[in-house]
Amino acid sequence: MSDRPAISLHKIGKTFNRGVRALDDVNLDVREGEFVSLLGPSGCGKSTVLRIIAGLSTPTGGTVDWPHGAGKIGFVFQEPTLMPWATVAGNVRLPFKLAGADKASSRHLVEQSLERVGLAEFADAFPRELSGGMKMRASIARALVTEPQLLLMDEPFAALDEITRFKLNNDLLSVWQELRRTVIFVTHSVFESVYLSQRIVVMTPRPGSVFTEIEIPEPYPRNEGFRTSPEYAGFCRQVAQALAEAMARGALP
Amino acid sequence: MSERTLRVLLPILVLALVVLCWHLIVRIFAIPQFVLPGPAVVAATLIADFELLWRSLLVTLTLTFEGFLLAAIGGVALAIAFNQWRTVEYSFYPYAVILQVTPIVAIAPLLLIYLPQPLAVLACAWIVAFFPVLASTTLGLNSVDHNLLALFELYKASGWQVLWNLKLPAALPQMLTGLRIAGGLSLIGAVVAEIAAGSAGAGSGLAYRIVESGYRLNIPRMFAALFVLSLAGVAIFFVLSAISYLALRRWHESAIDRER
Repeated sequence: MSDRPAISLHKIGKTFNRGVRALDDVNLDVREGEFVSLLGPSGCGKSTVLRIIAGLSTPTGGTVDWPHGAGKIGFVFQEPTLMPWATVAGNVRLPFKLAGADKASSRHLVEQSLERVGLAEFADAFPRELSGGMKMRASIARALVTEPQLLLMDEPFAALDEITRFKLNNDLLSVWQELRRTVIFVTHSVFESVYLSQRIVVMTPRPGSVFTEIEIPEPYPRNEGFRTSPEYAGFCRQVAQALAEAMARGALP
Repeated sequence: MSERTLRVLLPILVLALVVLCWHLIVRIFAIPQFVLPGPAVVAATLIADFELLWRSLLVTLTLTFEGFLLAAIGGVALAIAFNQWRTVEYSFYPYAVILQVTPIVAIAPLLLIYLPQPLAVLACAWIVAFFPVLASTTLGLNSVDHNLLALFELYKASGWQVLWNLKLPAALPQMLTGLRIAGGLSLIGAVVAEIAAGSAGAGSGLAYRIVESGYRLNIPRMFAALFVLSLAGVAIFFVLSAISYLALRRWHESAIDRER
C-alpha cells in the first residue's frame, strides 16, 4: 500500500437548487488502497460526497483531484439496486454489457466476481429469489466485476439485520485484503466504521463538513476477536465521543 | 373442495341457475320469441347461423386486432417520445387526453362521413385503445428506480442503452396492463363504429348483424350475436392476460404465486 493520494477533495461545497446547503468546505485526501469511512448522522451530506466523487453530482464549489487520473469506479447503493428482470449473472454483467462487450468475453470475470462474494451457485437466480443479504452480495459483485480502482459504498448494510451485517463486514474485509482497492465507505454506525476502516472521517451535519479524522491503526485481518477486544471498545468510545461533538457543532440534533 | 375447483365450479353453477330461470320465465309467462327467446332457441340459432356469425366475427375481430396493434405500436412509440423529449410531451399530451375523454360514440358518426366504413371502424378501435397504452407506458417509463439510472450514468450508458436496457424493461408491467385494457377497448371501439354505421354500412361485422337482426325482429339472432361478441371479448382478455403472465412470471411480483 502506498501513501500517495488517489483522490483529493479540496474545499468541496454543494448547495442544492432549493437553497439547501448540503456541503461546505469539505477537504479530504484518500490514499491509494486505503479503507476510509465517512461517519455522520443522517443528513450530513455523506452520500452527496460519494455522488460527487462518482461524478453523479457536480459540486457548486471546490475541486475533486485525481493525481493519477480517474480510474474505474464501483458504486454500491443503500439498496441492492438490482434489475428485477435480469438474473444475478445478468445484473453482474451489466457494466460489460453497457461497455459493448460480448457475453463470452466477460463470462469468466462475472463468474469470478460471483465466486468472490459467495454467489456462484445463484448465477441464474432472479433477485426476488434472494434474501436481503444475498441481494447486497450481488450488488457488491457487480461493483467489483470491472476491477475498479475505487469502490464507493453508500451505507450498503444499513438495511440488513445484525447477523447478516457482521458476516458481510467480514467478507467485505477479506475481499478488500485480497484486492487492495481504495474503499470509501459511508455509514452512520460507529461500530461498523471502527471495525472496517483504517481511518474514520467524522462529519458535522447541516452543512456537512469534516469535523475530525481518527486513525484506527489496528492490523488486519480483523475478525470476531477484534470485535470483542478492549481496543475495539476503546476506539468505539473515542469515535462515538467525536461524533457526539460533531453533532453538537451542527445546529440541529 | 379446493379453492381452484370452487373458482371454476361456482361461476358455472351461477350460469346454470340463470339459464334455468330464463328458460322457466319464458315458459311460464309464454313470452313470444320476438320479445324474449328462450335459451334453447338462442342455442339453436347459434348453431343454425354459425357460419354467418363466424364470418361476421372474423370481420370485427380483424379490425379490432388491427386497431389494437396500431394503438399498441403508436401508444408505446409516443410514450417513448414523451419520455425522451419533454417538448413532445408538452405539445401533444393535452390532445391525447381530449381524444380519450370525448366519447367514441360521438366521434364515430363523423369518422363515417370522411372515411370508408372499414377504415372508420379501424380508427375507432384505435382511438379508444391508444390512450391506456400511452398513459400506462408513460407512467412505467417515468417510474424507473433512480439509483439504477445513476448506475447506468456511472457506467456511461448512452440514451438508447438506458431506454432499451433499463426504461423499457422497467416499464413492461405497466405497459402490459395498458395493453390488457386496450384489447377490450378496441373491441368496444370497433363495435361502436359498426353500430353507428348501422344499416347505412355495407359491412358485415358482428355489431352490424345485431343492428340488422334488430330491424328484422330476429331477436334470437341478436342474442346469438351478442353471445359471440362477449365470448370474443373474454377471449381477448384471456389471451392478453396470458401474454402478460408469461412475460412477467419469472421476475415481477404481480405474476408470482405465493404460498400462504
